[in-house]
Amino acid sequence: MSIDLKTIKHISKLSRISVDNQKAEKLADDLNSIFKFIEKLNELKTDKIQPLTSVAETTLKLRSDEVKSNDIREQIVKNSPQDNEDYFVVPKVIE
Amino acid sequence: MSEITKQSLSELVKNIKNKKISSEEITKAFVNRSKKSKGLNTYITEDYSSALDKAKKFDQNPNLDLKLPGIPIAVKDLFCTKDIRTTAGSKILNNFVPTYESTVTQNIWNEGAILLGKLNCDEFAMGSSNETSFFGNVQNPIDKNLVPGGSSGGSASAIAGQLTPITIGTDTGGSIRQPASFTGTVGLKPTYGSCSRYGIVAFASSLDQAGPMAQNVKDCALLQEVISSYDSKDSTSINFKRNEYSKELTNNIKGKKIGIPKEYRVDGMPKEIEDLWQKGINYIKDCGAEVIDISLPHTSYALPTYYIVAPAEASSNLARYDGVKYGFRAKGENLIDMYEKTRSEGFGAEVQRRIMIGTYVLSSGYYDAYYLKAQKVRKLIKNDFDEAYKKVDAILTPSTPSAAFKIGEKKDDPVSMYLNDIFTVPVNLAGLPGISIPAGHDSKGYPLGLQIIGKAFDEQNILNIAYAMEEKIDFKNKITDWWIK
Repeated sequence: MSIDLKTIKHISKLSRISVDNQKAEKLADDLNSIFKFIEKLNELKTDKIQPLTSVAETTLKLRSDEVKSNDIREQIVKNSPQDNEDYFVVPKVIE
Repeated sequence: MSEITKQSLSELVKNIKNKKISSEEITKAFVNRSKKSKGLNTYITEDYSSALDKAKKFDQNPNLDLKLPGIPIAVKDLFCTKDIRTTAGSKILNNFVPTYESTVTQNIWNEGAILLGKLNCDEFAMGSSNETSFFGNVQNPIDKNLVPGGSSGGSASAIAGQLTPITIGTDTGGSIRQPASFTGTVGLKPTYGSCSRYGIVAFASSLDQAGPMAQNVKDCALLQEVISSYDSKDSTSINFKRNEYSKELTNNIKGKKIGIPKEYRVDGMPKEIEDLWQKGINYIKDCGAEVIDISLPHTSYALPTYYIVAPAEASSNLARYDGVKYGFRAKGENLIDMYEKTRSEGFGAEVQRRIMIGTYVLSSGYYDAYYLKAQKVRKLIKNDFDEAYKKVDAILTPSTPSAAFKIGEKKDDPVSMYLNDIFTVPVNLAGLPGISIPAGHDSKGYPLGLQIIGKAFDEQNILNIAYAMEEKIDFKNKITDWWIK
């Protein structure tokens, strides 16, 4: 299997990472060498194996939904790259 | 009394408890040495003046019952520290100031320790050489041409260079053990679920674990005792009876069964590593433990599995960096354009590569072939260890397939960089504890490490084995202070 430039452009869209042609070519090379190495897994037959999703053999615990931190609104908004008093600001979405 | 920064944690704690030395004196010594060590590029954020204030305050009313009384500590910049910038080595978090403290660092401060600063690391802990950091590569105190390993390269360099008496790192595929091995220091990756992940910048959530790094096994045991705790804020934190690892530490490992996995004798393994491993086996026998040959048949599939599972989880975890609520934002013509440019300019090449791999293996049409397949092989790898542990108490392997490599040597070849983690990655996939201890030098005088892998929650046992071996090995790190002008 080989990952072509069209696939790279598709993944970059899904990843929300802009990629120009030069970068796409480099990424295609890198990903192809990485996937060549990953394809080793195809040597194994795994039809009857249960997938391991987590090594922590615990069930998710429930907790009550309580507010525990107070008065951090200002600090949180301060971390945003562009703020407007109490709001996060993004480029206009609706024309 | 020997020079302050040369003392181990245990010595410093003893001296402070006996009032032979103050927290201020210790803190000053480490601050001064850190200031003179800018050439190593270990720190991303320094917090020296605040550290000195805290030390003075500690001395006014010292609580000497604490485990880390007035001890200054620098930590990997992957741990969120309240009101102190936390970057994860990335441009995208360059100006991020957390409003909360990670549980692991909080546990450290609760025992009286004082923050010195935040240590450099590979961007989002993705790397094996500390060359992917936005803040530049870190130098290895052993030799100026060498990488310190990664991703906890700043932490390892800070320990080896004596800029902090102990530190913490995180280990997703070897990021504590490999840099420990490259710098002649000790690093423990605890069992998954032992140390809380709360407040650690996430890379691959089913693999990430925080752990201690130190000059010796005893210090490592003490720090593990402090940082390991059950935490309801981490949904995979596990409530088990935690030992007082440093108090229960013993070098009596008579009768323990240690497994030697034949699959770790990989093709092209340098003779020096073979010899080191054999030396380790002899030490184990000298300590009265029994050596047993074992097989972990799926070892060679661990790295390919890891390079599906870890990027998949990373691509999901890193989706949050969108330039809206925090971090770097690039200008864009519209919302989508802003997202795409922010992530393209804010993430470095390795992080983008891994996000792309992860997105691909999770994407429609490829999920079963890659991600599901990898999860199944992960099960086989865990089964291998479960089988082995019916026969043995712990497993001994080399920590890395070579000594530290040169800066720039593997930078442009991702696969050869990934191969560095060949002996450490299986441990993360199976969620087990593993410790790397310095065990010798190669022909150039660079340190080499051995890894002891334990059963889940059996940190005490591998610490004991490491402790017994450490005594026999009597390793001396060769630090010349070349970076201090």
